[in-house]
Amino acid sequence: MNWPSAPSAFAARRDPGNGSRRRAREEGARGALIAFVSSVVFFGLALWAILTSEAWPQVQRQFFNPEAFVEVWPAVLSGFWLDIRMFLGAEVLILFFALVVAMARSLRGPAFFPIRALAVVFIDLIRGVPLILLILILGFGVPALDLPGVPKSPMFWGIAALVISYSAYTAEVYRAGIDSVPESQRMSARSLGLTQVQTLRYVLVPQAIRNVIPALLNGFVSLQKDVSLIFVLGVREGVREAQIFNARTFNYTGYIVAAILFLVVSIPVARFTDWYTERDRRRRQAMSA
Amino acid sequence: MRKLTLLVGVLSLVVAACGGGDAADTTVATPETTPETTTADTTAAPDTTAPGTTEATVGDECAVENLPLKTPGQLTVATGEPAFEPWVVDDDPTNGQGFESAVVYAMAEKMGFTADQVVWIRTGFDEAIAPGPKEFDINVQQYSITEERDEVVDFSVPYYVTQQALVAYGDSEIVNATSLEDLKGYALGAQIGTTSLDYIEEVIQPDTPPAVYDTNADAKSALDAGQIDAIVFDLPTAYYITAVEMPDASIVGALPASEEQADKFGMLMENDSPLKPCIDRALEELRAEGTLDALAEEWLTQEGDIPVLSQ
Repeated sequence: MNWPSAPSAFAARRDPGNGSRRRAREEGARGALIAFVSSVVFFGLALWAILTSEAWPQVQRQFFNPEAFVEVWPAVLSGFWLDIRMFLGAEVLILFFALVVAMARSLRGPAFFPIRALAVVFIDLIRGVPLILLILILGFGVPALDLPGVPKSPMFWGIAALVISYSAYTAEVYRAGIDSVPESQRMSARSLGLTQVQTLRYVLVPQAIRNVIPALLNGFVSLQKDVSLIFVLGVREGVREAQIFNARTFNYTGYIVAAILFLVVSIPVARFTDWYTERDRRRRQAMSA
Repeated sequence: MRKLTLLVGVLSLVVAACGGGDAADTTVATPETTPETTTADTTAAPDTTAPGTTEATVGDECAVENLPLKTPGQLTVATGEPAFEPWVVDDDPTNGQGFESAVVYAMAEKMGFTADQVVWIRTGFDEAIAPGPKEFDINVQQYSITEERDEVVDFSVPYYVTQQALVAYGDSEIVNATSLEDLKGYALGAQIGTTSLDYIEEVIQPDTPPAVYDTNADAKSALDAGQIDAIVFDLPTAYYITAVEMPDASIVGALPASEEQADKFGMLMENDSPLKPCIDRALEELRAEGTLDALAEEWLTQEGDIPVLSQ
């Protein structure tokens, strides 16, 4: 790794002369060279160790098999497209329900105690239950009750389980955001005559959301992978198609295909999160300056 | 009525097996395998070598002392966790009951092992098929032999060949189906990695792709939940499940299969296993003398006929 700006900044503070700044630049260049050489040696050795190992041909045949890649690609891709649609639908619902739960939990005063208590119980309970169990209970259990008018679709109940589970986590993210807004904002709003709900709706929540967007995007990436857990209900999404291929042929290349597809979506989200966070930080600095 | 008798039979077996869990009882449960061990050992040698040679056993590559075993002197056999009936009774492969347990002890005896020398371990499906060396000599959990799988592991000759069967609840319309064509419009399901699943996709080819479950228990839950209309199992599993786990469900029919579509179960070994010729020889002998059929008769069949759906 090479951080040319950091050493020069330190050097400048110690001795603000021109010569030392040049020396620092040279040190930075030498650091970059060392980093490059050591990286090449390190990764080269690791790669060499893998590729020359005795079992590599079989590992390659079972994990990185071009023929299997071609064969499994269409099934995994179409399954992955289903993942994306389920993910987008679930995310919209989660952002909404989580906000409702967080607002319920942030209401003040004894009169709202039952609502607050419900929100706390919901969050504690759901966060403590493994997601897979929630999916199985809702996906197989509820339809088996055979209640009139209640849908039986495994996809419906799988998404419902994801929305419930992620709403509990996301509500806590929102709440952290709401708590991070200075108390004076709440008091000012209340003294202007806004009700509790109005205070949340117009004053606290807009500022809170802005504070927690990076955390929300993090949840995005997490959900995008967890959505595939619905496969336990028999839904044939991307990872399941890879599993089916693996179980049939004992070949793991399908998982590699699935991993690539997930990365294609999650890496841009991660880059966007960083870019957004950085832009927001700069804007706030500009505002306070 | 038939089902009831089978159920009672199975339950009494379970009760008997539950009666005592200590080691003494386990060896008592396999009395038929132990006494003949010595005879099998001595008869094996003259079969393969010319009479009069003194080094008969030494020259036999399949003699226990010459076998390249994971742990010398013992046959390490892996099965699933848990193992299901009718393949293994009461999730205890050491009791010699259930088809696969019985076949393994019969085969081990043929090879010259005593029952004590058969050591069971458990592996998941995935561990067993991952590349690299394995901890077991053989893995027995209804692995269907396919060409693609055979490229990465070794299979013994088949120890059982079966058909597929369709299971549904009596109140579903699908029970009226008489041909494969009749099944196309229904939602079908099967367990992942089974020939049952391949059969749905390749032979029945329903309008909606089959739902795929991790276990038969999950498939059953989906059937209970009304998410699918029927499940495809191999026939012995269908018999067992309709008798014990889903008494309200029945076998709609056996599914027709060509020779190459038939589901052949083989014992799994690591790729290029030097054990394979010896395992195969023991199984071939068991087949020739009728032991495999007799064990299948004992553990896997049920009285009475079930209809076979037309092609």
